[in-house]
Amino acid sequence: MRNDVLILGGGVGGTIVANLVAKDVGESARITLVDSTGLHTYQPGFLYVAVGAEKATALQREESHLLRKEVKLVIESATFIDPGAKRVVLRSGRTLRYDELVIATGSRTVTDEVPGGIAAHDFYTMQGAIRLFHTLEEFRGGTIVIGVAGIPYKCPPAPVEFVFLLDDYLRARGIREQSQIKLLSPLNRAFTIEATSKLIQPILAERGIELIGFFNVESVDPVSRAVTSLEGETVAYDLLILVPPHRGQKVIEASHLGDERGWIPVDKNTLKHMQHPDIWAIGDATNIPISKSGSVAHYEASVAAAQIVAAVKGEPPPAHLYDGKVMCFLETGRGEATTISFDYDHPPTSPTPARRWHWAKALFNKAYWHTVPQGRL
Amino acid sequence: MSITIAISLDLKGLSCPLPIIKTAKAMKGLEPGELLEVFATDPGSVPDFAAWSKSTRNPLVETGQDGAVYHFVLKKKET
Repeated sequence: MRNDVLILGGGVGGTIVANLVAKDVGESARITLVDSTGLHTYQPGFLYVAVGAEKATALQREESHLLRKEVKLVIESATFIDPGAKRVVLRSGRTLRYDELVIATGSRTVTDEVPGGIAAHDFYTMQGAIRLFHTLEEFRGGTIVIGVAGIPYKCPPAPVEFVFLLDDYLRARGIREQSQIKLLSPLNRAFTIEATSKLIQPILAERGIELIGFFNVESVDPVSRAVTSLEGETVAYDLLILVPPHRGQKVIEASHLGDERGWIPVDKNTLKHMQHPDIWAIGDATNIPISKSGSVAHYEASVAAAQIVAAVKGEPPPAHLYDGKVMCFLETGRGEATTISFDYDHPPTSPTPARRWHWAKALFNKAYWHTVPQGRL
Repeated sequence: MSITIAISLDLKGLSCPLPIIKTAKAMKGLEPGELLEVFATDPGSVPDFAAWSKSTRNPLVETGQDGAVYHFVLKKKET
Protein backbone atom coordinates (compact mmCIF):
# COMPACT_ATOMS: atom_id res chain seq x y z
CA MET A 1 0.00 0.00 0.00
CA ARG A 2 1.27 3.49 -0.85
CA ASN A 3 1.88 5.97 1.95
CA ASP A 4 -0.11 9.19 1.97
CA VAL A 5 2.20 12.09 2.77
CA LEU A 6 0.21 15.25 3.41
CA ILE A 7 1.74 18.71 3.72
CA LEU A 8 -0.21 21.73 4.93
CA GLY A 9 1.19 25.06 3.73
CA GLY A 10 2.85 26.12 0.47
CA GLY A 11 5.43 28.47 1.91
CA VAL A 12 9.16 27.86 1.91
CA GLY A 13 9.11 24.97 4.42
CA GLY A 14 6.15 23.04 3.02
CA THR A 15 7.31 23.38 -0.58
CA ILE A 16 10.83 22.10 0.19
CA VAL A 17 9.47 19.10 2.14
CA ALA A 18 7.08 18.22 -0.70
CA ASN A 19 9.82 18.42 -3.35
CA LEU A 20 12.46 16.53 -1.33
CA VAL A 21 10.04 13.73 -0.44
CA ALA A 22 8.85 13.58 -4.07
CA LYS A 23 12.44 13.40 -5.33
CA ASP A 24 13.22 10.36 -3.18
CA VAL A 25 9.96 8.44 -2.94
CA GLY A 26 7.69 10.15 -5.47
CA GLU A 27 6.93 6.82 -7.12
CA SER A 28 6.08 4.95 -3.95
CA ALA A 29 4.13 7.59 -1.96
CA ARG A 30 1.14 9.80 -2.70
CA ILE A 31 2.24 13.33 -1.87
CA THR A 32 -0.32 16.09 -1.47
CA LEU A 33 0.27 19.73 -0.55
CA VAL A 34 -2.66 21.85 0.64
CA ASP A 35 -2.40 25.63 0.39
CA SER A 36 -5.20 28.15 0.80
CA THR A 37 -3.98 30.53 -1.92
CA GLY A 38 -2.03 28.47 -4.44
CA LEU A 39 0.49 31.32 -4.47
CA HIS A 40 4.01 31.10 -3.08
CA THR A 41 5.08 34.35 -1.47
CA TYR A 42 8.66 35.39 -0.77
CA GLN A 43 8.01 37.21 2.50
CA PRO A 44 11.55 38.58 3.08
CA GLY A 45 10.79 40.93 0.18
CA PHE A 46 7.98 42.77 2.00
CA LEU A 47 10.22 45.41 3.53
CA TYR A 48 11.67 46.25 0.11
CA VAL A 49 8.15 46.66 -1.29
CA ALA A 50 7.38 49.11 1.53
CA VAL A 51 10.25 51.42 0.50
CA GLY A 52 9.64 51.01 -3.23
CA ALA A 53 12.79 48.94 -3.86
CA GLU A 54 10.88 45.88 -5.08
CA LYS A 55 7.66 45.27 -6.97
CA ALA A 56 4.98 43.25 -5.20
CA THR A 57 4.52 41.07 -8.29
CA ALA A 58 8.17 39.96 -8.09
CA LEU A 59 7.47 38.29 -4.73
CA GLN A 60 4.80 35.83 -5.81
CA ARG A 61 4.70 32.80 -8.10
CA GLU A 62 2.17 30.08 -8.73
CA GLU A 63 2.89 27.29 -6.24
CA SER A 64 2.13 24.72 -8.95
CA HIS A 65 5.17 25.96 -10.92
CA LEU A 66 7.47 25.31 -7.96
CA LEU A 67 6.34 21.77 -7.13
CA ARG A 68 7.65 18.58 -8.71
CA LYS A 69 5.15 16.80 -10.92
CA GLU A 70 4.74 13.96 -8.37
CA VAL A 71 3.18 16.41 -5.87
CA LYS A 72 -0.56 17.01 -6.03
CA LEU A 73 -1.55 20.58 -5.12
CA VAL A 74 -4.92 21.20 -3.47
CA ILE A 75 -5.85 24.89 -3.30
CA GLU A 76 -8.12 25.07 -0.29
CA SER A 77 -7.96 25.89 3.45
CA ALA A 78 -7.56 23.13 5.99
CA THR A 79 -10.05 23.67 8.82
CA PHE A 80 -9.50 20.70 11.14
CA ILE A 81 -6.78 18.14 11.82
CA ASP A 82 -7.93 14.88 13.44
CA PRO A 83 -4.83 13.00 14.61
CA GLY A 84 -6.95 10.10 15.94
CA ALA A 85 -8.46 9.35 12.54
CA LYS A 86 -5.29 10.58 10.73
CA ARG A 87 -7.22 12.90 8.47
CA VAL A 88 -7.51 16.58 7.64
CA VAL A 89 -10.82 18.30 6.91
CA LEU A 90 -10.87 21.04 4.25
CA ARG A 91 -13.21 24.03 4.05
CA SER A 92 -15.42 22.33 1.44
CA GLY A 93 -15.96 19.41 3.83
CA ARG A 94 -13.67 17.14 1.82
CA THR A 95 -11.28 15.06 3.91
CA LEU A 96 -7.74 13.93 3.17
CA ARG A 97 -6.17 11.00 5.04
CA TYR A 98 -2.49 10.77 5.85
CA ASP A 99 0.18 8.41 7.08
CA GLU A 100 2.64 11.26 7.60
CA LEU A 101 1.54 14.86 8.10
CA VAL A 102 3.72 17.97 7.91
CA ILE A 103 2.28 21.19 9.30
CA ALA A 104 4.00 24.16 7.68
CA THR A 105 1.17 26.63 8.02
CA GLY A 106 3.29 29.54 9.25
CA SER A 107 1.95 32.32 11.41
CA ARG A 108 -0.70 35.02 11.06
CA THR A 109 -0.72 38.60 12.23
CA VAL A 110 -3.39 39.81 14.67
CA THR A 111 -3.16 43.59 14.59
CA ASP A 112 -6.42 44.05 16.51
CA GLU A 113 -4.97 42.43 19.67
CA VAL A 114 -3.37 45.82 20.40
CA PRO A 115 -5.91 48.47 21.41
CA GLY A 116 -5.84 51.05 18.62
CA GLY A 117 -3.34 48.89 16.73
CA ILE A 118 -5.29 48.94 13.47
CA ALA A 119 -4.27 52.60 13.12
CA ALA A 120 -0.68 51.47 12.62
CA HIS A 121 1.00 50.46 9.37
CA ASP A 122 3.06 47.29 9.01
CA PHE A 123 5.22 45.44 6.49
CA TYR A 124 4.32 41.93 7.67
CA THR A 125 1.80 41.13 4.95
CA MET A 126 1.82 41.94 1.24
CA GLN A 127 -1.23 44.15 1.73
CA GLY A 128 0.45 45.96 4.65
CA ALA A 129 3.67 46.54 2.70
CA ILE A 130 1.81 47.97 -0.32
CA ARG A 131 -0.29 50.24 1.90
CA LEU A 132 2.83 51.48 3.69
CA PHE A 133 4.52 52.15 0.33
CA HIS A 134 1.62 54.40 -0.72
CA THR A 135 1.57 56.21 2.63
CA LEU A 136 5.33 56.82 2.46
CA GLU A 137 4.92 58.25 -1.04
CA GLU A 138 2.59 60.89 0.44
CA PHE A 139 4.87 61.53 3.45
CA ARG A 140 6.45 64.99 3.45
CA GLY A 141 8.21 64.97 6.83
CA GLY A 142 7.48 64.40 10.52
CA THR A 143 8.08 61.69 13.10
CA ILE A 144 8.06 58.06 11.99
CA VAL A 145 7.89 55.60 14.88
CA ILE A 146 8.67 51.89 14.45
CA GLY A 147 7.82 49.52 17.30
CA VAL A 148 7.14 45.92 18.27
CA ALA A 149 3.64 45.00 19.47
CA GLY A 150 4.14 41.31 20.15
CA ILE A 151 6.77 38.60 20.63
CA PRO A 152 7.52 36.30 18.86
CA TYR A 153 7.32 37.79 15.38
CA LYS A 154 8.66 36.83 11.97
CA CYS A 155 12.19 37.79 10.99
CA PRO A 156 13.54 39.39 14.20
CA PRO A 157 16.03 41.70 12.42
CA ALA A 158 13.30 43.20 10.18
CA PRO A 159 12.44 46.30 12.30
CA VAL A 160 16.15 47.25 12.46
CA GLU A 161 16.60 46.60 8.74
CA PHE A 162 13.52 48.65 8.04
CA VAL A 163 14.74 51.77 9.87
CA PHE A 164 18.00 51.67 7.90
CA LEU A 165 16.15 51.24 4.58
CA LEU A 166 13.75 54.01 5.63
CA ASP A 167 16.69 56.32 6.37
CA ASP A 168 18.03 55.65 2.83
CA TYR A 169 14.56 56.16 1.35
CA LEU A 170 13.97 59.51 3.08
CA ARG A 171 17.45 60.76 2.09
CA ALA A 172 16.88 59.76 -1.55
CA ARG A 173 13.64 61.75 -1.48
CA GLY A 174 15.37 64.73 0.11
CA ILE A 175 13.10 64.79 3.18
CA ARG A 176 15.37 63.21 5.79
CA GLU A 177 16.11 66.61 7.37
CA GLN A 178 12.39 67.20 7.96
CA SER A 179 11.93 63.71 9.43
CA GLN A 180 12.68 61.92 12.67
CA ILE A 181 12.98 58.14 12.90
CA LYS A 182 12.39 56.52 16.31
CA LEU A 183 12.90 52.81 16.91
CA LEU A 184 11.06 51.39 19.95
CA SER A 185 12.75 48.25 21.26
CA PRO A 186 11.41 45.65 23.74
CA LEU A 187 14.82 45.57 25.46
CA ASN A 188 17.39 48.23 26.33
CA ARG A 189 19.23 47.52 23.07
CA ALA A 190 18.38 47.57 19.37
CA PHE A 191 18.09 43.83 19.01
CA THR A 192 17.66 40.78 21.27
CA ILE A 193 21.11 39.47 20.30
CA GLU A 194 23.71 41.47 22.20
CA ALA A 195 26.63 40.96 19.77
CA THR A 196 24.53 42.21 16.84
CA SER A 197 23.21 45.14 18.89
CA LYS A 198 26.76 46.28 19.64
CA LEU A 199 27.46 46.31 15.92
CA ILE A 200 24.36 48.18 14.82
CA GLN A 201 23.78 50.70 17.62
CA PRO A 202 26.66 52.97 16.53
CA ILE A 203 25.25 52.89 12.97
CA LEU A 204 21.80 53.89 14.27
CA ALA A 205 23.40 56.83 16.09
CA GLU A 206 25.43 57.81 13.02
CA ARG A 207 22.27 57.88 10.87
CA GLY A 208 20.38 59.95 13.44
CA ILE A 209 17.92 57.17 14.27
CA GLU A 210 16.73 57.44 17.87
CA LEU A 211 16.60 54.19 19.86
CA ILE A 212 14.05 54.08 22.71
CA GLY A 213 14.63 51.03 24.91
CA PHE A 214 12.27 49.00 27.11
CA PHE A 215 9.30 50.17 25.12
CA ASN A 216 6.87 47.26 24.85
CA VAL A 217 3.88 48.56 22.94
CA GLU A 218 0.63 48.34 24.88
CA SER A 219 -1.81 50.58 23.02
CA VAL A 220 -2.18 53.20 20.34
CA ASP A 221 -4.27 56.35 20.50
CA PRO A 222 -4.99 57.24 16.84
CA VAL A 223 -6.72 60.51 17.82
CA SER A 224 -3.79 62.07 19.68
CA ARG A 225 -1.37 60.03 17.52
CA ALA A 226 0.56 58.52 20.42
CA VAL A 227 1.76 55.06 21.28
CA THR A 228 2.03 53.92 24.92
CA SER A 229 4.21 51.19 26.41
CA LEU A 230 3.58 48.62 29.15
CA GLU A 231 6.32 50.49 30.99
CA GLY A 232 4.11 53.62 31.02
CA GLU A 233 5.96 55.78 28.49
CA THR A 234 4.24 57.60 25.60
CA VAL A 235 5.73 58.56 22.23
CA ALA A 236 4.00 60.81 19.68
CA TYR A 237 4.05 59.96 15.98
CA ASP A 238 3.00 61.24 12.57
CA LEU A 239 3.41 57.82 10.99
CA LEU A 240 3.36 54.67 13.12
CA ILE A 241 4.68 51.33 11.89
CA LEU A 242 4.20 48.37 14.24
CA VAL A 243 5.28 44.77 14.06
CA PRO A 244 1.88 43.22 14.77
CA PRO A 245 1.35 40.41 17.29
CA HIS A 246 1.58 36.96 15.68
CA ARG A 247 -0.33 33.72 16.35
CA GLY A 248 -0.43 30.23 14.90
CA GLN A 249 -3.05 29.50 12.25
CA LYS A 250 -6.72 29.01 13.14
CA VAL A 251 -6.65 25.36 12.02
CA ILE A 252 -4.07 24.63 14.74
CA GLU A 253 -6.18 26.36 17.39
CA ALA A 254 -9.37 24.63 16.19
CA SER A 255 -7.65 21.24 16.32
CA HIS A 256 -6.10 21.86 19.79
CA LEU A 257 -2.67 20.92 18.45
CA GLY A 258 -0.87 24.00 19.74
CA ASP A 259 -0.34 26.09 22.87
CA GLU A 260 -2.49 29.08 23.90
CA ARG A 261 -1.09 31.12 20.97
CA GLY A 262 -1.49 28.29 18.46
CA TRP A 263 2.24 27.37 18.31
CA ILE A 264 2.77 23.63 17.87
CA PRO A 265 4.89 21.88 20.52
CA VAL A 266 7.55 19.80 18.75
CA ASP A 267 10.81 18.13 19.68
CA LYS A 268 13.45 20.74 18.88
CA ASN A 269 15.65 18.20 17.05
CA THR A 270 13.25 15.76 15.33
CA LEU A 271 10.50 18.41 14.77
CA LYS A 272 7.93 15.74 15.60
CA HIS A 273 4.80 16.73 17.48
CA MET A 274 5.17 15.97 21.20
CA GLN A 275 1.99 13.86 21.27
CA HIS A 276 1.62 12.58 17.71
CA PRO A 277 4.63 10.74 16.22
CA ASP A 278 3.26 10.85 12.66
CA ILE A 279 2.96 14.67 12.66
CA TRP A 280 5.88 17.02 12.02
CA ALA A 281 5.73 20.80 12.26
CA ILE A 282 8.30 23.19 10.79
CA GLY A 283 8.91 26.91 10.36
CA ASP A 284 6.89 29.64 12.05
CA ALA A 285 4.20 27.12 13.12
CA THR A 286 6.27 25.54 15.93
CA ASN A 287 6.81 26.62 19.53
CA ILE A 288 10.62 26.21 19.33
CA PRO A 289 12.13 29.32 20.96
CA ILE A 290 14.14 30.21 17.88
CA SER A 291 13.72 32.81 15.12
CA LYS A 292 10.55 32.61 13.09
CA SER A 293 12.16 32.99 9.69
CA GLY A 294 12.40 31.49 6.24
CA SER A 295 15.93 30.35 7.01
CA VAL A 296 14.74 28.19 9.93
CA ALA A 297 11.92 26.70 7.84
CA HIS A 298 14.45 26.03 5.07
CA TYR A 299 16.87 24.13 7.33
CA GLU A 300 14.10 22.29 9.18
CA ALA A 301 12.43 21.16 5.94
CA SER A 302 15.28 18.88 4.92
CA VAL A 303 15.30 17.29 8.40
CA ALA A 304 11.55 16.56 8.32
CA ALA A 305 11.75 15.36 4.70
CA ALA A 306 14.54 12.87 5.48
CA GLN A 307 12.51 11.38 8.34
CA ILE A 308 9.42 11.04 6.16
CA VAL A 309 11.41 9.40 3.35
CA ALA A 310 12.76 6.88 5.89
CA ALA A 311 9.23 6.25 7.20
CA VAL A 312 7.92 5.67 3.65
CA LYS A 313 10.78 3.29 2.89
CA GLY A 314 10.30 1.51 6.22
CA GLU A 315 13.85 2.37 7.24
CA PRO A 316 15.04 3.57 10.67
CA PRO A 317 14.97 7.37 11.13
CA PRO A 318 18.09 9.18 9.85
CA ALA A 319 20.78 10.47 12.19
CA HIS A 320 20.62 14.00 10.72
CA LEU A 321 18.53 16.16 13.07
CA TYR A 322 17.81 19.87 13.31
CA ASP A 323 20.61 21.59 15.25
CA GLY A 324 18.92 24.98 15.62
CA LYS A 325 20.72 26.51 12.66
CA VAL A 326 19.67 30.06 11.77
CA MET A 327 21.26 32.32 9.18
CA CYS A 328 19.82 35.76 8.46
CA PHE A 329 20.95 38.79 6.54
CA LEU A 330 20.53 42.21 8.14
CA GLU A 331 20.56 45.30 5.90
CA THR A 332 22.33 48.24 7.53
CA GLY A 333 21.56 50.74 4.76
CA ARG A 334 23.78 52.61 2.27
CA GLY A 335 24.30 49.39 0.33
CA GLU A 336 25.78 47.46 3.24
CA ALA A 337 24.57 44.51 5.30
CA THR A 338 25.71 42.01 7.92
CA THR A 339 24.60 38.47 8.76
CA ILE A 340 23.54 36.67 11.93
CA SER A 341 24.40 32.97 12.31
CA PHE A 342 23.91 30.64 15.25
CA ASP A 343 22.57 27.28 16.35
CA TYR A 344 21.53 25.59 19.61
CA ASP A 345 25.17 25.18 20.68
CA HIS A 346 26.84 28.26 19.25
CA PRO A 347 26.08 31.88 20.19
CA PRO A 348 25.23 34.36 17.44
CA THR A 349 27.99 36.00 15.44
CA SER A 350 27.78 38.93 13.02
CA PRO A 351 30.55 40.20 10.71
CA THR A 352 31.25 43.94 10.29
CA PRO A 353 28.69 45.37 7.84
CA ALA A 354 30.02 45.36 4.28
CA ARG A 355 28.81 45.71 0.71
CA ARG A 356 29.38 42.03 -0.04
CA TRP A 357 26.65 40.96 2.42
CA HIS A 358 24.19 43.34 0.81
CA TRP A 359 25.02 41.86 -2.60
CA ALA A 360 24.83 38.33 -1.20
CA LYS A 361 21.33 39.11 0.10
CA ALA A 362 20.26 40.66 -3.22
CA LEU A 363 21.63 37.64 -5.09
CA PHE A 364 19.88 35.23 -2.72
CA ASN A 365 16.58 37.08 -3.20
CA LYS A 366 16.87 36.57 -6.99
CA ALA A 367 18.28 33.03 -6.91
CA TYR A 368 15.61 31.93 -4.40
CA TRP A 369 13.02 30.99 -7.02
CA HIS A 370 15.34 28.57 -8.82
CA THR A 371 17.01 26.94 -5.83
CA VAL A 372 15.30 27.02 -2.44
CA PRO A 373 11.74 25.72 -3.09
CA GLN A 374 13.22 22.90 -5.17
CA GLY A 375 15.47 21.87 -2.27
CA ARG A 376 18.63 22.58 -4.27
CA LEU A 377 20.22 24.84 -1.66
CA MET B 1 9.06 39.80 58.77
CA SER B 2 7.68 37.59 56.04
CA ILE B 3 7.49 38.82 52.47
CA THR B 4 4.17 38.43 50.68
CA ILE B 5 4.40 37.95 46.97
CA ALA B 6 1.38 39.31 45.06
CA ILE B 7 2.15 37.51 41.80
CA SER B 8 4.58 34.72 40.96
CA LEU B 9 5.54 34.21 37.32
CA ASP B 10 7.05 30.98 36.03
CA LEU B 11 8.91 32.12 32.91
CA LYS B 12 11.28 29.17 32.71
CA GLY B 13 12.12 28.11 29.17
CA LEU B 14 11.23 31.48 27.63
CA SER B 15 13.93 33.37 25.78
CA CYS B 16 14.44 37.12 25.77
CA PRO B 17 12.66 39.46 25.46
CA LEU B 18 9.59 37.43 26.53
CA PRO B 19 10.43 37.36 30.29
CA ILE B 20 10.64 41.17 30.30
CA ILE B 21 7.37 41.58 28.38
CA LYS B 22 5.45 39.14 30.59
CA THR B 23 6.85 40.86 33.68
CA ALA B 24 5.92 44.32 32.36
CA LYS B 25 2.35 43.08 31.70
CA ALA B 26 2.00 41.51 35.16
CA MET B 27 3.46 44.59 36.88
CA LYS B 28 0.66 46.73 35.48
CA GLY B 29 -1.88 44.82 37.56
CA LEU B 30 -0.07 45.43 40.86
CA GLU B 31 -0.66 48.13 43.47
CA PRO B 32 2.32 50.35 44.46
CA GLY B 33 4.57 48.53 46.91
CA GLU B 34 3.35 45.05 45.98
CA LEU B 35 5.89 42.40 45.06
CA LEU B 36 6.25 40.37 41.89
CA GLU B 37 8.36 37.24 41.77
CA VAL B 38 9.87 35.80 38.58
CA PHE B 39 11.54 32.48 37.81
CA ALA B 40 13.46 32.41 34.52
CA THR B 41 16.10 30.27 32.83
CA ASP B 42 17.36 32.69 30.17
CA PRO B 43 20.86 33.79 31.31
CA GLY B 44 20.25 37.12 29.54
CA SER B 45 17.48 37.83 32.04
CA VAL B 46 20.07 38.72 34.75
CA PRO B 47 21.33 41.92 33.05
CA ASP B 48 17.93 42.52 31.40
CA PHE B 49 15.97 42.54 34.70
CA ALA B 50 18.58 44.78 36.37
CA ALA B 51 18.39 47.25 33.47
CA TRP B 52 14.58 47.06 33.20
CA SER B 53 14.21 47.73 36.95
CA LYS B 54 16.48 50.76 36.70
CA SER B 55 14.77 52.08 33.58
CA THR B 56 11.21 51.67 34.89
CA ARG B 57 12.10 52.55 38.53
CA ASN B 58 10.45 49.37 39.85
CA PRO B 59 13.10 48.29 42.41
CA LEU B 60 14.70 44.86 42.08
CA VAL B 61 14.61 43.86 45.74
CA GLU B 62 15.94 40.32 45.50
CA THR B 63 17.93 38.23 43.02
CA GLY B 64 19.08 34.65 43.30
CA GLN B 65 20.04 31.56 41.38
CA ASP B 66 19.24 27.91 42.02
CA GLY B 67 21.06 25.79 39.44
CA ALA B 68 19.88 26.97 36.03
CA VAL B 69 16.91 28.91 37.43
CA TYR B 70 17.18 32.65 38.12
CA HIS B 71 14.92 34.24 40.69
CA PHE B 72 13.96 37.91 40.83
CA VAL B 73 11.67 39.87 43.13
CA LEU B 74 10.52 43.27 41.89
CA LYS B 75 8.59 45.88 43.83
CA LYS B 76 5.99 48.02 42.08
CA LYS B 77 7.11 51.62 42.24
CA GLU B 78 5.32 54.18 44.41
CA THR B 79 3.55 56.72 42.22
